[in-house]
Amino acid sequence: MTEEAATIDHAGVLAWIRRYAAVIEEHRVELVRLDTAIGDGDHGTNMDRGMKKVLEKLDGSEGDDIGATLKAVGMTLVSSVGGAAGPLYGTLFLQMGTATAGSSTLDVGALADALDAGVKGVQARGKAEPGDKTMVDALLPAVAALREAQADGGVGPAAAAERAAAAAEEGMKATIPMEARKGRASYLGPRSVGHQDPGATSSYLLLRSAGEAFATA
Amino acid sequence: MKKLINAPDAVVREALEGMEHAYGDRLRISYDPAFIVRSDAPVQGKVGIVSGGGSGHEPMHGGFVGMGMLDAACPGEVFTSPTPDQMLEATKAVDGGAGVLHIVKNYTGDVMNFEMAADLAKGEGIEVEAVVTNDDVAVQDSLYTAGRRGVGITVIAEKICGAAAEERKSLAEVAEICRRVNGEGRSMGMALTPCMTPSSGEPSFELGEDEMEIGIGIHGEPGRYREPMAPAAQVVDRLATAVVEDLPYNSGDRVLAMVNGMGGTPLIELFVVYRELHRFLQERGITIERRLVGNYITSLEMAGCSITLLRLDDELTRLWDAPVDTPALRWGA
Repeated sequence: MTEEAATIDHAGVLAWIRRYAAVIEEHRVELVRLDTAIGDGDHGTNMDRGMKKVLEKLDGSEGDDIGATLKAVGMTLVSSVGGAAGPLYGTLFLQMGTATAGSSTLDVGALADALDAGVKGVQARGKAEPGDKTMVDALLPAVAALREAQADGGVGPAAAAERAAAAAEEGMKATIPMEARKGRASYLGPRSVGHQDPGATSSYLLLRSAGEAFATA
Repeated sequence: MKKLINAPDAVVREALEGMEHAYGDRLRISYDPAFIVRSDAPVQGKVGIVSGGGSGHEPMHGGFVGMGMLDAACPGEVFTSPTPDQMLEATKAVDGGAGVLHIVKNYTGDVMNFEMAADLAKGEGIEVEAVVTNDDVAVQDSLYTAGRRGVGITVIAEKICGAAAEERKSLAEVAEICRRVNGEGRSMGMALTPCMTPSSGEPSFELGEDEMEIGIGIHGEPGRYREPMAPAAQVVDRLATAVVEDLPYNSGDRVLAMVNGMGGTPLIELFVVYRELHRFLQERGITIERRLVGNYITSLEMAGCSITLLRLDDELTRLWDAPVDTPALRWGA
């Protein structure tokens, strides 16, 4: 990549996925702890297993079709994570892959379109609305931040992803006082209040990984 | 932790290998992705029936694969939903041209994984319908939770839908029967002890020597009430009252009654429970027309039981009586 490039290329996307796998491994125990409080305690383990499978898959991949790579990531997550996170993160990547099919570079607008399509897929799959204490609460603000960066103009993918990560972090923290309405945490009702949602946490980490990877890509 | 296993992460696969050795004459096992399928699948012109879920509930679902019941079952890791690739391959393996019914217990992961599998199968030109079971009255149903859990009625739905499919009913008809069974069925369970997954090795919750958990889930989820231990008659009154009042079942109703063991309860105790259930229903003018007593939907080594009722009509009774030939349920065949 050249200095302050207006786009990221296939290598940049690969760097993002690899960074995410490393970040998930670092935060595995934290995700398990968050999930034990209000779920069934396997989120960190399942995501770590899935992202390790993704790394194996990427090692053999060729070409520069960003859409094909994102779809392969999605299919791998779908078939290796299980539980609820498998279909949700799988759908996120599959829909991002569909939105970027055939592209070898992405500008900020294309990144926003891809994440938007991914989050719409997550909402269709999980039927979650904002405020239900789910990954959607971190992802929707990230989409909005990318759109703003696109509208501002002159913002590169790295800076835009950093803004998206900041928005996702705020959204993640906002899940703490929420009462869960989806998934196993919803059975706890008011007892889910006061806990940060593990899915929103792993979603924030996805955006943070993008910011870090794009900045050094 | 004391368990008859070799290694925690090998349990699911090694149990499948054991099933293959035991029932290889009637079942085929796929290991990657994992599913169990009746050996004569696909049966041409018959609706295929696929179910699945986390392992640890045996004989459900793999023990119900065979003539007159399931065409295939997808086992996940212990208490973890299986994945769409398993369900897709199972669906393809049982599609005899009349479409495939997915019977799905209402847990967030199971529902979403089966939805993805159905989307993928439709993309390959296979007609798929899904019915989600949600019969557990211990969970408050509301817009603000994931809804009631699918438990005992799933076993009965698999049997009755299997019979309907053998009669060459259409996919729409078999799915309608499945929804009717779910709609006319209610369940509630209780536990005397927690269970322990092989990977965690820890009890799913703590329960005192003199306590029981009423409204237990099949994954060791805590129940609705924790109470001092009581005689079987009172326990049954507690469970059966919640079940009967929920639908409600009324005087004059004919029912199928299932007394199910959670895995660690001796059959002699289950018959004591059945005795009390028989008394309870008789007092309310409800007739037990068919019954099932034993371990059918379990929670590893948990001690306890669940009660399931299904309100019968002539068609459901006839389909229940139809021949079935599976490892865990067999009559008339």
